[in-house]
Amino acid sequence: MYNGKYIIPGLIVFLGLITFPFWYNIVAGAPYAKAKLPLPADQKECIEKAEFMRAEHMQILDEWRDKVVRDGARIYTASNGKQWAISLQNTCMKCHANKVEFCDKCHLQNSVSPYCWTCHLEPKGNQ
Amino acid sequence: MNNCRRKFLKIAGLSALGLGVKPALDLLTVPDAHALMPPDAYKPDAKGLKAKHWGMVIDTSKFDKPEKFEKVIQACHNTHNVPEIPGKQEVKWLWTDEFKATFPDNEQHYIPDKVESRKFLLLCNHCENPACVRVCPTKATFKREDGIVMMDMHRCIGCRFCMAACPYGARSFNFGEPRPYLKYENPEYPTRMRGVVEKCTFCTERLALGKMPYCAEASGGAILFGDLNDAKSEVRKALKENFTIRRKVALGTSPSVYYII
Repeated sequence: MYNGKYIIPGLIVFLGLITFPFWYNIVAGAPYAKAKLPLPADQKECIEKAEFMRAEHMQILDEWRDKVVRDGARIYTASNGKQWAISLQNTCMKCHANKVEFCDKCHLQNSVSPYCWTCHLEPKGNQ
Repeated sequence: MNNCRRKFLKIAGLSALGLGVKPALDLLTVPDAHALMPPDAYKPDAKGLKAKHWGMVIDTSKFDKPEKFEKVIQACHNTHNVPEIPGKQEVKWLWTDEFKATFPDNEQHYIPDKVESRKFLLLCNHCENPACVRVCPTKATFKREDGIVMMDMHRCIGCRFCMAACPYGARSFNFGEPRPYLKYENPEYPTRMRGVVEKCTFCTERLALGKMPYCAEASGGAILFGDLNDAKSEVRKALKENFTIRRKVALGTSPSVYYII
């Protein structure tokens, strides 16, 4: 290889730099801590299982809004047979009544900024 | 020999790479949430009112005092979080105007004073052939099967083509954030944001729960609401008994709001 003595160290430095975030986090510690979310005290289960909600709530919300606005289907039958009125403001936020503690905690930590609340009203009080 | 072995190693290497593709792809693809959700999980509320073609009949003679308009407009605007913005950036779902502006193609000489001085309640006409729906580039506004011209705020990009297309001025654009102009927020209904177009939706959210639109409820019988396709409905009875006109029919949009003069 021509100029191998320059190219190979150069490549090593380059790889070191672009993988910096990975090994920095390994070396420096600061492991990812899951946000602790306050769960509604008077309810045992959300509309679906907690793991499912954690992973798929955005898909559910996306599907819900289309079903309500475009198809006029306003009742969701969960996999356990329970029926729910499809509404972010009137169903989800009735239990998860504190947007700052519930929604924002994870979203801020993971740098996602959904624009639900530019139109939808967050519950008042309880903050 | 040497060459052969070289070729073999190349092919073996490529094959090994190929075996690694599937697990790598599996890592990249997102599991399909729809497959996990129960099938046929969605249905309309059983209480909901159904119709083939929702329509409205407004008895204009019963709206004889400004307070009556005010009551109806407030019932709508307060519950739908419609802001009160002064000037040209106003947002309105329900509003009023005089005869000449309401029925400009119905130019009559020597019309009775009581009609000329009368105000008319105006709203989205929920046309059978809505010009706004034709021009919407994102299908944010669309016509439902029951005749209601609906807005999907999630899809509106604020291009205002629909406002240019609507011959009735029924659509309002949010030039700024509407929330500071709300006197009161109804926590059960969303507001809008800067950059979307809004209008009357014939209270679809109420019809879905089996209730009549706010304006019809607050009008004390001056506004009738029902199925125009059903010959026995209240609206059809009113149309049979009274002479009614619609706004700007010559344009071919075929409004679903009728006015008893």
